[in-house]
Amino acid sequence: MSQKVIAGVTVDVNEEGYFTNPAQWTKDLALAIAAEEGIALTDKHYAVLEFLRERFSKGEALTIRSVGNSGIIDIKGFYGLFPGAPMKKAAKIAGIPKPASCV
Amino acid sequence: MKRLLILGAGTGGTIMANKMRKLLARDEWEITIVDQHKTHYYQPGFLFIPFGMYTRPDVVKPKTSFLPLGVEVIFQEIDRIDGANNHVMLKDGISLRYDYLIIATGTRVVPEETPGLKGPLWHKNIFDFYTIEGATALADFFKTWPGGELVLNIADVPIKCPVAPLEFVMFADAFFVERGVRSKVNISYATPMSGAFTKPRASKVLGALLEEKNINIIPDFYLEKVDNDRKMLVSYDDREIPFDCLVTVPVHKGDAMIGRSGLGDEMDFAKAHKHTLQSDFFPNIFVIGDAGNFPTSKAGSVVHFQADVLTENLMCAIENRPFTESFDGHSNCYIETGFGKGALIDFNYDTEPLPGSFPFPGIGPFGLLKETRMNHYGKLLFRWIYWHILLKGKEMPIDSKMTMAGKKM
Repeated sequence: MSQKVIAGVTVDVNEEGYFTNPAQWTKDLALAIAAEEGIALTDKHYAVLEFLRERFSKGEALTIRSVGNSGIIDIKGFYGLFPGAPMKKAAKIAGIPKPASCV
Repeated sequence: MKRLLILGAGTGGTIMANKMRKLLARDEWEITIVDQHKTHYYQPGFLFIPFGMYTRPDVVKPKTSFLPLGVEVIFQEIDRIDGANNHVMLKDGISLRYDYLIIATGTRVVPEETPGLKGPLWHKNIFDFYTIEGATALADFFKTWPGGELVLNIADVPIKCPVAPLEFVMFADAFFVERGVRSKVNISYATPMSGAFTKPRASKVLGALLEEKNINIIPDFYLEKVDNDRKMLVSYDDREIPFDCLVTVPVHKGDAMIGRSGLGDEMDFAKAHKHTLQSDFFPNIFVIGDAGNFPTSKAGSVVHFQADVLTENLMCAIENRPFTESFDGHSNCYIETGFGKGALIDFNYDTEPLPGSFPFPGIGPFGLLKETRMNHYGKLLFRWIYWHILLKGKEMPIDSKMTMAGKKM
């Protein structure tokens, strides 16, 4: 476990930069992490981030398909918002641990 | 009479029927098990069929052969569970009342979830090996295939037996080497995961094995559709992979009945507590095996370990005691690596697969996370153990809880 200063705030992260304490997350931090990833956050992005945080808090699995079924956005759109590896990037920006890509 | 109702007579349902019939007094408890199919498939054997190592008779037996006397068996489709009223409705209109319910309806492959997968090329150039029909069709195809692009694709996770696709490509390598046509077959492994396996250390070891066998890993490939005209896999981020033979591991879902009953997640996996195995919705409903949304492998070994926990906890519930057992996510898989060798992994919710020896520390006879001949024999021997010991719910010399003994950090 290590710490990182993002936008002037110290947060707990793992070696890959994922939050280890989701309670430390704020929208301003999300903005800063997204910028590091080259993403400018829109309301659509935030809606996805909130969806992921809520699912995480309920202990439910985070999958790309679940985002596609969320009614917020389809899978193609999810890739559009977070290009490359959408679930990993979105989890990092949402301040939740890296999804264990199941088992 | 009180009734324990079990839905599904696969691995989990059959083991639980055997275990519970021994524990519940026959003059007080009826045990009823419902399944729509009469045939029990030894599913780990499907992997061997495309390569001609097993045929259909090696993997099928009647379900009734494994259920004990004193268990009522109903072969009928399930319509839905009415958890609020403790009833299960069957398709033929019969309604079964229960005191306790075990959901053991497993998982199924749903190729229809991916556009073009079950299109004109289905079972011509596109095969699955998670069904007996797909595995036997692929066996016929391989008999005369001159070679070309062979692509194994995992459409999405979770899948049943997450090591089976790896075993498949390693078997394919050995199969085509032995037939002298390996130079004409290009083998690729396209997965939505970031590497060969889900857990870091195993992924590294298994990834190196694939590389050694000249199998290309294509990571982070999340399948959107299959273009039948151009014989092309297309991902959501518009990458394409050409194929002459596509072996697909389609999207997996739980039984649609779980969804109809309002007891599941969006993939129809029954929501249940990962340690107690109790349903999130009703205290007298329990879930075992692939049917559940447990964050561990969907595999027979997991079901076997869960059965010990479920037996204890179900008895606690029946006798009005607090739960005494907790499932740790223990999973144990033999991995066939081809040419008469195999590897073995042993892990749980919190501990990833590590190297070492199993089940006896320092002795084995099986080696963890390494290729040995003994591991291969373990896998072959397991078919006998499955039919004769595991399904009947008899004792095995492996604890349901994972142990660190014999593992190297």
